[in-house]
Amino acid sequence: MNMATKVETAVEESIDDVPLYEARRKIYPIAVHGTFRRIKWTLLIVTLGIYYLLPFVRWDRGPNAPSQAVLVDLANGRFYFFFIEIWPQEIYYVTGLLILAALVLFLMNAVAGRVWCGYLCPQTVWTDLFQAIERMVEGDPRQRREKLKNASRGQRAFEAAAKHFLWLMVAWWTGGAWVLYFADAPTLVWQLFTGTAPLVAYAWIGILTFTTYVLAGHMREQVCTYMCPWPRIQAALTDEYAFNVTYRYDRGEPRGSLKKTEALKREGLPAGDCVDCRQCVAACPTGVDIRLGAQLACVQCGLCIDACDTVMAKVGRPAGLIAYDTEMNVERRQQGLPPVTKVLRARTVLYAGLILLVGGIMVASLATRGSEGVAVIHDRNPLFVQLSDGAIRNAYTLRIVNKQPQPRRFAIAVDGVPEARLEIAGGISQAENGQPVVEVGPDQTYELRVLVSTHAKLPAEASLPVTFRITDVAGGETSSAPDHFKGP
Amino acid sequence: MADTNAHGAHKHDVDAVSGVATTGHEWDGIRELNNPLPRWWLWTFYACIVWAVIYWIVYPAWPLVTGYTSGVLGWKSREAIQVQLADLRTQRAAFADKLQAASLEEIEASPELLAFARAQGRAAFGDNCAPCHGAGAAGSRGYPNLNDDDWLWGGSLEQVQQTILHGIRSTDADAHVGDMPAFGRDAMLQRPEIVAAADYVRSLSGLPVPQGVTPDLAKGKDVFEANCAACHGPDGKGNPELGAPNLTDGIWLYGSSRDNVIASVTNGRAGIMPAWAGRLDPTTIKALTVYVHALGGGR
Repeated sequence: MNMATKVETAVEESIDDVPLYEARRKIYPIAVHGTFRRIKWTLLIVTLGIYYLLPFVRWDRGPNAPSQAVLVDLANGRFYFFFIEIWPQEIYYVTGLLILAALVLFLMNAVAGRVWCGYLCPQTVWTDLFQAIERMVEGDPRQRREKLKNASRGQRAFEAAAKHFLWLMVAWWTGGAWVLYFADAPTLVWQLFTGTAPLVAYAWIGILTFTTYVLAGHMREQVCTYMCPWPRIQAALTDEYAFNVTYRYDRGEPRGSLKKTEALKREGLPAGDCVDCRQCVAACPTGVDIRLGAQLACVQCGLCIDACDTVMAKVGRPAGLIAYDTEMNVERRQQGLPPVTKVLRARTVLYAGLILLVGGIMVASLATRGSEGVAVIHDRNPLFVQLSDGAIRNAYTLRIVNKQPQPRRFAIAVDGVPEARLEIAGGISQAENGQPVVEVGPDQTYELRVLVSTHAKLPAEASLPVTFRITDVAGGETSSAPDHFKGP
Repeated sequence: MADTNAHGAHKHDVDAVSGVATTGHEWDGIRELNNPLPRWWLWTFYACIVWAVIYWIVYPAWPLVTGYTSGVLGWKSREAIQVQLADLRTQRAAFADKLQAASLEEIEASPELLAFARAQGRAAFGDNCAPCHGAGAAGSRGYPNLNDDDWLWGGSLEQVQQTILHGIRSTDADAHVGDMPAFGRDAMLQRPEIVAAADYVRSLSGLPVPQGVTPDLAKGKDVFEANCAACHGPDGKGNPELGAPNLTDGIWLYGSSRDNVIASVTNGRAGIMPAWAGRLDPTTIKALTVYVHALGGGR
């Protein structure tokens, strides 16, 4: 290594020892009123409403299937979502759903920043609810500070107890709703009420009560800044055309008090619209100063916009000093250029195209998948058997899937072996029109051993491609699976 | 980069680009920024250490010279597996009881019981039978292939169960016993008679005659009828009551070459299968019977 060219790094100043560990700075945001607060309340009610009530929605699937619209049936390995039923081997639909979710997040970020973080993420929604409860019980930050000085110790203790009790109630209800997605909801509610629910239900309610209480009540913004990987990824997903919650420094700077900036303006000197009231910081649920620009800890919830607009209205200056804006437009305004809006960009088109593609593939495969299926496994040992009359026999394990809610009878046939004789091991099949027929129960997989033998003279080193085909005796739907027939 | 100031505390530079203080660590001019961890993270770390220490105390942890620290809870993995096995037996009890109550034919005719018996039979076969008959029951020389339809002692469900229970030439009183005499070694037949009989037997299933051999089939037939037909039958089709194999089919347990057949007649054959009654419980033997029968060769 060439030590001669030592890179000098810029040094701003020297300071005394800084600790390697940082004490928690508790954040008590003030209540704000405005457009974004209303959007957030609406989304909070809608998302929590869906979460708490969805398990009670019914969906009729006939007598042999559960009638809950959304149900994860772990015991029977089924996932029900309204008219969709997913089997364990179809887990790729979940993969597809995760890919879609990722792409939608990318698109959101490219168009309007951290929409997910600010409005929809469970961490944000529950934290918002917990902070509302906190303000309701203990008052806003100003009242809190006053109570710290003036209120009696008893009153403060009572309020703290009330707050934690309400938090735990919400957390408990959160865990309670979670388990309802894994069993028949009305039955489970009754069982929970009468103390007869399975232990695992109580355990999960306990776990989720604890995590909700800790994450939304105590950890709050620490989850976003220290635990979540998403803020780190998002820096790479935004660009100068993406709308983000932005402090328009072109208009706000130089900042100063109302009196000072008015005076400067009268003298014709440069003065910004920011009156440095710090209401944007006071309203921020993660405690950042948006005026420092886009930053990791900012979840872009828009509450600073509401806080700033309220102040601007009071001081008689136009709203929108903090607003959804693009980096590009802030710079262009500084240079006196008109703003440009460019939603159709390479990345947004790419994300939208991929969403359509993945979504289209999923819809197409869901719409065209059959309600029956067959898989075949050739015996590995022995590969073939010679019978006493000289015939060669291969054995296979067939797995027949019936996804319909009623029992069905399937005829089994094999193609590709000359003079083939098909038998089912054991005495479980009936024969119809010379073909063995088996009954497969509703919504079940049925595994059977199938023997194929032939007297035909096979070519040396024979490995014939064969096809197994099942046919619904009543409906005529068929499904097939390929394999091989081996000989000496 | 780190100096000591008047109070003895280290001075740290602040990086101009990021505005973040450095730790004072420097490698070839590259300095480490100090983005402090939250203190609760440190507490979590300490809590994990405490957890680990408690774990050492209550669970088996440290290896010693002749043993290990057993932990105050006295937990043992062996006892844990016993509990799990007991749970498993309880779970299986419903099916196991049905299996015990049902006849072999009823088991094979019920898809549910057949699947259960085949699963249990496959496991029992792997543990007990596979050493001789092979994992897939394909057998080998001297050990019959159980997939084919050729049965020395009969291939019905009852006959297969009988064979598993009591074995062949085993120590069990009810074992199948059938003797193929050593015609040559015990001087019951002369060499030319043995060769003629072997050639005749091979001709019954149409096996090709080796080059340079002129079989004396007439003599062989005479020898066969006088010595072999008693067990193997006048037409050589065998007798499962005596364990005498069918000599007219394409399956040869000890090989079908001329030398192999001559060796069989000369020295006799007496393969042994142990009796499993008393070693395996009746339900497992039932499951094994159904499994072997449903391999495909059962009659």
